[in-house]
Amino acid sequence: MSMAVNVLTLDQVHAGMDLPELTYDVTATTVVLGALATRDWRPQHHDYHFATERNGVRDIFINAPNQAAWFERYVTDWTGPRGRLGRVGFRMKDSVFPGDTMTMTGTVTGVDTDARGCGWVTLDLAMHAGDRLATTCNARVAIPTTPDDNPWSRSGDAWQPQP
Amino acid sequence: MSASPAADLPAGIRDLVDVVQYEQAGDFPVERGYIWTSCASVENGNPLFWDDKVATELTGGPIAPPSMLSTWFRPHHWAPGRDVQRLPLQVHFDLKERLGLPEAVMTDNSMTFYEPVRPGDTITTGQKLRSVSPEKQTKLGTGRFWVIDVEYRNDRGELVGVESWTGFGYRRDAGETT
Repeated sequence: MSMAVNVLTLDQVHAGMDLPELTYDVTATTVVLGALATRDWRPQHHDYHFATERNGVRDIFINAPNQAAWFERYVTDWTGPRGRLGRVGFRMKDSVFPGDTMTMTGTVTGVDTDARGCGWVTLDLAMHAGDRLATTCNARVAIPTTPDDNPWSRSGDAWQPQP
Repeated sequence: MSASPAADLPAGIRDLVDVVQYEQAGDFPVERGYIWTSCASVENGNPLFWDDKVATELTGGPIAPPSMLSTWFRPHHWAPGRDVQRLPLQVHFDLKERLGLPEAVMTDNSMTFYEPVRPGDTITTGQKLRSVSPEKQTKLGTGRFWVIDVEYRNDRGELVGVESWTGFGYRRDAGETT
């Protein structure tokens, strides 16, 4: 059975608009599952003693590729499945550990249509761990310009993820 | 365009800037088990990855979440006949060793997505060192920042993504160890 699909179109978005906040209680399972799902076998993402004694941090922590997966989920929760990520950039400032409540926030910083007619939204996103700013992210996501438009149908020259 | 290599960098490392290294195919074709495990790890319910009817309608069939790009080039932890563990982003580990910087963290990562990655694709990658900074002191220790690009292509030679990593390799400063 097919799931219900929401379609966010470009006319519904404007600069300054906030995305709904997402919160999640991080556990050791979150960290380890995320590391294994991304095939990241490095011990700081599953071995408490390695993380604390070698890396000098307080616990194992979420790896970068899994943070990317969290940001993708956050953006496409908002756009629906027709949203197509073009580019994401991260800056990791602090780590996310078991016991942290992770909060994701986002703001629209720009809305435009490129020369090939593709509609783009630029976003400033953030991941907090409790009160600490863990990661900032800027994202560029294509969304439909009309209810019938589908950014996934673009390829070759019609798909320009770099502005 | 790459930044100029730091003047205090060993010549052997300066010569590697902008050179493609470690071109290699992934250890296995893209498969849906990992796609679902990844979605489960972040509770991503996007029907594009769970509902074949939606995937067929929007993208002509199942695809992987774009952010999984690096998953497809990470080597197995062990494989028969492999006596040295292959490391992902080998250029990063080479720099740690050659610069004598035993610890490292990744500070920045960007990904640009082109053609969708599909189950059955085997992804080929090449790594390119873009820059290495002079020595800097941070709260973690003393070390250098470096930028490495990874380009990803599918079996058909189509570009599926470019990933750029900024790493910081460092020595923990004396008196800071636990």
